Amino acid sequence: MNEQQLRNLIEDVRAGKRTRREFINRMVALGLTAPLASAMLLQSGVAMAASPYEYKPTRRGGGGPVRVLWWEAPTLLNPHFAVGTKDQDASRIFYEPLANWDADGNLVPVLAAEIPTINNGGLSEDGKSVTWKLKKGVTWHDGKPFTADDCVFTWEYASDPATATYDIATYQEVKVSKLDDYTIKLAFAKPTPYWADAFVGVRGMIIPQHLFAQYKGGNSRQAPANLAPVGTGPYMYVQFRPGDLVRARINPNYHEENHPYFDSIEMKGGGDAVSAARAVMQTAEYDYAWNLQVENRILQLLQKAGKGQLKFLYGGDIEHIQLNNTDPWKTVDGQRSSIKTTHPFLTDPAVRQALNVLVNRQAIHQYIYGPAGLATANFVNNPQRYISKDTSFEFNIAAAIKLLEGAGWKPGPDGVREKNGVKLHMTYATSVNAPRQQTQEIVKQACQKAGISVDLKAILASVFFSSDVANPDTYTKFYNDTQMYTTTMTQPDPQLFLAQFVSWEIAQKENKWAGLNITRWRNAEYDALYKAAESELDTVKRAALFIRMNDLVIKNIVVIPVVYRPDVAAAINGLKTRLSGWDSQLAYLKDWYRET
Amino acid sequence: MTRYLIRRLLIAVPSLLGISLVLYVILALAPGDPFSALASNPSIPPAVAEALRRKFGLDDPIMLRYWHWLIAMLHGDWGYSFDSRVDVDVLIMQRLPTTLYIIGSSQLLALLVALPVGIYAALRPYSLFDQVASTFAFIGFSLPTFFTGLVLILIFSIRLQWLPFVYRTDITATGWAGVWAHIAQAIMPVLVLGLFQGGSWTRFVRASVLDVVHLDYVTTARSKGLAERTVVGRHIVRTALIPVVTVVALQLPFVFGGAIVTEQIFRVPGIGSLLISAILANDTPVIMAITFVFACLVILFNLIADILYGWLDPRISYR
Repeated sequence: MNEQQLRNLIEDVRAGKRTRREFINRMVALGLTAPLASAMLLQSGVAMAASPYEYKPTRRGGGGPVRVLWWEAPTLLNPHFAVGTKDQDASRIFYEPLANWDADGNLVPVLAAEIPTINNGGLSEDGKSVTWKLKKGVTWHDGKPFTADDCVFTWEYASDPATATYDIATYQEVKVSKLDDYTIKLAFAKPTPYWADAFVGVRGMIIPQHLFAQYKGGNSRQAPANLAPVGTGPYMYVQFRPGDLVRARINPNYHEENHPYFDSIEMKGGGDAVSAARAVMQTAEYDYAWNLQVENRILQLLQKAGKGQLKFLYGGDIEHIQLNNTDPWKTVDGQRSSIKTTHPFLTDPAVRQALNVLVNRQAIHQYIYGPAGLATANFVNNPQRYISKDTSFEFNIAAAIKLLEGAGWKPGPDGVREKNGVKLHMTYATSVNAPRQQTQEIVKQACQKAGISVDLKAILASVFFSSDVANPDTYTKFYNDTQMYTTTMTQPDPQLFLAQFVSWEIAQKENKWAGLNITRWRNAEYDALYKAAESELDTVKRAALFIRMNDLVIKNIVVIPVVYRPDVAAAINGLKTRLSGWDSQLAYLKDWYRET
Repeated sequence: MTRYLIRRLLIAVPSLLGISLVLYVILALAPGDPFSALASNPSIPPAVAEALRRKFGLDDPIMLRYWHWLIAMLHGDWGYSFDSRVDVDVLIMQRLPTTLYIIGSSQLLALLVALPVGIYAALRPYSLFDQVASTFAFIGFSLPTFFTGLVLILIFSIRLQWLPFVYRTDITATGWAGVWAHIAQAIMPVLVLGLFQGGSWTRFVRASVLDVVHLDYVTTARSKGLAERTVVGRHIVRTALIPVVTVVALQLPFVFGGAIVTEQIFRVPGIGSLLISAILANDTPVIMAITFVFACLVILFNLIADILYGWLDPRISYR
């Protein structure tokens, strides 16, 4: 799909020939994120329309307690130190950003009075500045007013390297200044198409200047408010025990009328995912449980108890197999998988294509993941909403054999195919996790039938995903022929996500394997597209660039997507939750209520 | 006696130093990195993770880091959790009451089961009571706690719905309802741990009493015409308890250490679950503090056991 076609589609939406939802689904199927699709419409003058959510309570409070279970327990409550989702979620009970992302990728104002657009003067034509108008009359939990100074301070705090915040990159790219008490201006050094990063969503939580001012920089860890947060959010701090419990009570002065509904919230941590699902759906001890990475069979069984339901949050997580472009078995300059080598057989397109049709995605979806892992041919997509007709996947052993035969890979005496003394024998690594080991088995069996022998490796997650430079088994070192894990799109904008295929990001010894490009794939066209997208202000042109980048990755079989994984949660019957796959699960906690 | 104590305490110092050094070096050499979550997140510049590493001194040589840790520990500074950004002693003190309550009750339960059952079974060896007790003791310590825990949850939480299986530290109910809530949520973890421990202790008490029962002095006591209660209480049990004391005393540090598996199953926020989450997060200062305190307690309780011997058996003298 090129730029002109995209423009035509947008025209259709404007003219009412096509719904917003249809357009966004279509974009998502092409490998774009919902927030980006939404931004395309916005720029083209089609206003954002927050997805409808009916909030029934007619007064604040009175809902009693709500109990949520996060089986990975929160360990800190400062949103700018919160590396893990668990901590980001726990912080979100107390702190708020200027705007949230909703399930369709729309921005929804929280502490902002309105979402900046070109029409209301919030966005500049040159893409170098954004002006946010803040909501008036908002107070911190301790009664002090929330003003532009707090936003400016949050920026100073988070962008100071000495503070060591995890979202420093977001805040270092902007300069924030105060125009008046309720207006701030974000200035970018270069035209920035993706401006809704600072002060938005997970990374956007604003902290009070009057409590953190003394604790910026080197002594940031000593701030008492790190453990006893004071925010603007719907619930106020009561108690925090790292690794166990967060308690909060209703904020009687919350800035949204009739919100929130519950009188208190208790977030219990610890344990495991299966029993968390059980505590909600089978014994109803808790109201909501998060991140249930559990075999589908067990989840369905628990749901049959009838006390709660599963919820699926569609974000951007893809379980995929990476094919190594370099030789993991040759040591050059003190490292394996060096870019000075090429892989003996995985660089052969025929082998890649054969592997692609040997992954039985349908079976993996059906028998292992169920609704928590949907078979997919795209790398960045959301098939639940729209099944792409452009890309397809198949499982076909005969086709794989034909491809291999055609490329001259003949079976050796042991049944393993070989060519010029190179055997099709590969390692296939992943982390220890039951669904992953089952997936490995399914792929291995198909490969063996096609004459490719596979050695399976399962590495402890704490080792596999670590950045330990001394350990050879980390995923960034990629000392294997193939490996499998889930990449998480941490931002609603795909630019950073797609950086994992640019040549200057290749993980090597020189950058302590911190580069994002793990497959070590290099493609000049892709690099050029990426650079063009970086400064392309026109969201539609930019989207067209992203689509072409995605196509390159899929056509060259740089990676083999296996399943698209929504986040799975469980909620007790009657609990009305507003959830978004593009933001924290507690982003809309203020809107939750219980239907009686 | 005093000299003996002083000598034992002096010997404890080099052993503790040795233990701490070994622990520290193993943890430093173990794979994993406390800031791996930072490093694997593509949107965090590597510079931030490096700045943090520098800030916490992770790039210094091991021996230097050990030295800093030791000096701090001697000053009563237990270190600072990488993961929670809280002082380690705060974390441990938060967990300690729950741990003592759950594990302490379970050890008490184990003793209350093991002593009477073990003694009674040994006094009537191979009787029906002995056979039944032995069978249950074997079952008790053969079944792993994760299994019995799940079975109890299945029966009492899911089928009968009598007891909660998520342990809560924020029970707000007051009065009898509050007391009951505290007891109800502790029943299953205490049962699981207590019966497991009780099983093996029962076997131990039985064997130990059986060793003594046929000794000549017991026969003498009986032929003097002493009441059976006196014979058993004064003569048999007192002697037989000496090895039992060793076993029980060495078990007591675990009251502090918590029970990793059981705490995980019932979500008991004890030291054990703190330790396991610290290990998974590579939070070295927390792991170090817990294991080191644990080592101190083992040495301390060894000493206490040795002193108890003298009280139970005056023939043992201290030199």
